Amino acid sequence: MKWEYSAAPESSAIADIKDRYMPFIDGAFKEGSGEDRDTINPGTGNRLSTVSTVDAADIDRAVKAARRAYENVWSEMPGAERGKYLFRIARLIAERSRELAVVETLDNGKPIKETRDFDVPATAQYFFYHAGWADKLQHLGLGPAPRPLGVAGQVIPWNFPLLMAAWKIAPALAAGNTVVIKPAETTPLSILVLAEIIADADLPPGVVNIVAGAGDVGSALVNHPGIDKVAFTGSTAVGRRIQRELAGTGRKITLELGGKGANIVFEDAAQDQAVEGIINGIFFNQGQVCCAGSRLLVQESIAEEFIERLKQRIETLRVGDPMDKNTDVGAINSEAQLGRITALMKAGIAEGADLWSSSCPLPKNGFYLSPSIFTNATPSMRIAREEIFGPVLTTMTFRTPDEAVTKANNSPYGLSAGVWTEKGSRAMGMASALRAGVIWDNTFNRFDPAASFGGYKESGFGREGGPAGLAAYLDTDDEAVMP
Amino acid sequence: MTTREISPRAAAPLPAHLVDATADESSLRRFLRGLPGVDPVGIEQRAAGLATRSIKRESKLAAIDLAISMVDLTTLEGADTPGKVRNLARKAMLPDPDYPETPHTAAICVYPDMVPTAVAELKGSGVKVASVATAFPAGRSSLDVKLADTKIAVDGGTDEIDMVIDRGAFLAGRYGTVFEQIVAIKQSCGDARLKVILETGELATYDNVRRASWLGLLAGADFIKTSTGKISPAATLPVVHVMLQAVKDWKAETGTQRAVKPAGGIRTAKDAIRYLVAVHEVAGPEWLDPYYFRFGASSVLNDLIMQRRAQLDGHYSGADYVTVD
Repeated sequence: MKWEYSAAPESSAIADIKDRYMPFIDGAFKEGSGEDRDTINPGTGNRLSTVSTVDAADIDRAVKAARRAYENVWSEMPGAERGKYLFRIARLIAERSRELAVVETLDNGKPIKETRDFDVPATAQYFFYHAGWADKLQHLGLGPAPRPLGVAGQVIPWNFPLLMAAWKIAPALAAGNTVVIKPAETTPLSILVLAEIIADADLPPGVVNIVAGAGDVGSALVNHPGIDKVAFTGSTAVGRRIQRELAGTGRKITLELGGKGANIVFEDAAQDQAVEGIINGIFFNQGQVCCAGSRLLVQESIAEEFIERLKQRIETLRVGDPMDKNTDVGAINSEAQLGRITALMKAGIAEGADLWSSSCPLPKNGFYLSPSIFTNATPSMRIAREEIFGPVLTTMTFRTPDEAVTKANNSPYGLSAGVWTEKGSRAMGMASALRAGVIWDNTFNRFDPAASFGGYKESGFGREGGPAGLAAYLDTDDEAVMP
Repeated sequence: MTTREISPRAAAPLPAHLVDATADESSLRRFLRGLPGVDPVGIEQRAAGLATRSIKRESKLAAIDLAISMVDLTTLEGADTPGKVRNLARKAMLPDPDYPETPHTAAICVYPDMVPTAVAELKGSGVKVASVATAFPAGRSSLDVKLADTKIAVDGGTDEIDMVIDRGAFLAGRYGTVFEQIVAIKQSCGDARLKVILETGELATYDNVRRASWLGLLAGADFIKTSTGKISPAATLPVVHVMLQAVKDWKAETGTQRAVKPAGGIRTAKDAIRYLVAVHEVAGPEWLDPYYFRFGASSVLNDLIMQRRAQLDGHYSGADYVTVD
């Protein structure tokens, strides 16, 4: 029987999108002095709203406000009091979760299923987790009274706009720092709704400042002399530049950059769940995930059957309107990103890899791409080395565990890896041999605020989440660290 | 394992490696233990993910009608009487007298001694008679008794036999015994279709569910069925995912399509629709057919009827507007 699911769209009215959003500086929403920027709904390609951006003078104002809040209020406040504010923010996020999910889907293009079931609940979870640490910093193992660093300048990407805001703001505030944070130019809305929540929580003015704008604003922020700590999540190219610019300033930096995660499937894996894990690894958030499992390494003895099963499963993915509750794969975040992905796919075809794409129909308007797999790829091809940051999987084969390790580690990146085997000793052996910051065993793309996240090599340094993530916002050079 | 003749239908041309798998006890054990494992975290995550599908409007009404047409309306009580069975048969043929176009159920499911009553009542209606057999629900008896039990139902004119496997033998690793018994019952079924109840709640692991599914399919089961309804847990979504994957893989290897029946624990229309989504997306649309998928249940029918009315009337009516049986 042919059974089509009727459209099940979430209501965009719930987002209550305003026609104009303003920066949040020193506890107030005020017009910025930068140019206005339109933000586009990637699901339709239409304008969603306009955002007032900031200039260098606004950034200076924001940094000064953060400094005042740090010195006069936030760093002096008992940890238990800071925790109360964070708990309050977490609760307000949970209360407005449906609205936040719709805002995020409209601005980013990811399916409502993901924002509803992952992005927003995880955002609240990161605030709850760090709220609990605020009065327990002396138990981190960093000495009897770890001190905050001061004002943090933070720049976040467009792939998880709200969640990345939580990853940056929650630990910084729990540790006693204040922040100036810049969202990506294509996804400024959810963090500006978070700003409303922060204002509703009566957070003291200047503790969190949110400045919208493009790369030049980010550059001005991280180079501002009033900043004590820089945290950046984004591309390796920009991360390199930031590190170069900040060399010698003594400022603490954490960089969370690109990746080319290897997902390694052994012949003894639970195959059906491995198929699910590979799909989740590369098509979650349309593959626009720094820790995506974008390189599939499958043991040659099962490769043919496994890739056939993978293709059959990909055919059942529902691609389309991000607002439909039954959509599995939504829109690419921007036209520019869609262009970058397709350019790399062309390179893959030119280098001789075989491209296979799902036959799913795509909407006419908006930025969409069919889930795709490259087979017969070799490690020398660009699609096997460069981060595609889209719903495109590159598959290669291996014969032995040693070969799998060698191929997986043969990358300038080292953020994530997945190992699929029913043999526990092999999983443990692989985990110690792989040079990646996060290794998932028989699962993929699972996140927890208690687990630290970060990379090796060109994937960056520093950790986010867990005690290690808090250490990145505390003065650990103190002699008090020594026992 | 003794060489018992396998019925022609069960022995329909299988690929060589599947024929070899049943050559003897040790081959069967090697084959079943060589099946890829099932990761419990992964399968439960996938099942929970699919359960969030939002089925609205036309697709919901279509699903409700399909689900009604897949119900094996069941009464398996010590207190069953001819009157109870007749009531159930009437309900199966005409689930909602106010809306006579409501589809009839697939079958009614009774104990062997009630088969003649059911057959007489359902004659010409298109509703099948299914009978449990083989010392249901425990299956703790000799093969002779199980065959005699089956014969009562077959002689009574049943269309379908729901047998239970010997879980004790399965858990003790005596797969050959389980296989032989299924083959023997299949032979005594005549034209009746055979449902093999794995009682997944007693097999406990997904790996065992996968092995038992393949064992049943190799032995000639027309259906693999989760549960007797007498053991908790009965049917669960992840278990049915494993079984749907098994029949899909079976079809890919043999070209023949076998059926699946979850039973027990399916109480609401919402539950039923979640199973249909799993059938649709795990096995494929060709299983969305009462010939290939059934619900073993009793209380779900009335919730389906109430939801069907809500779709048509635009409001809910109370339980008193739907006949009890």
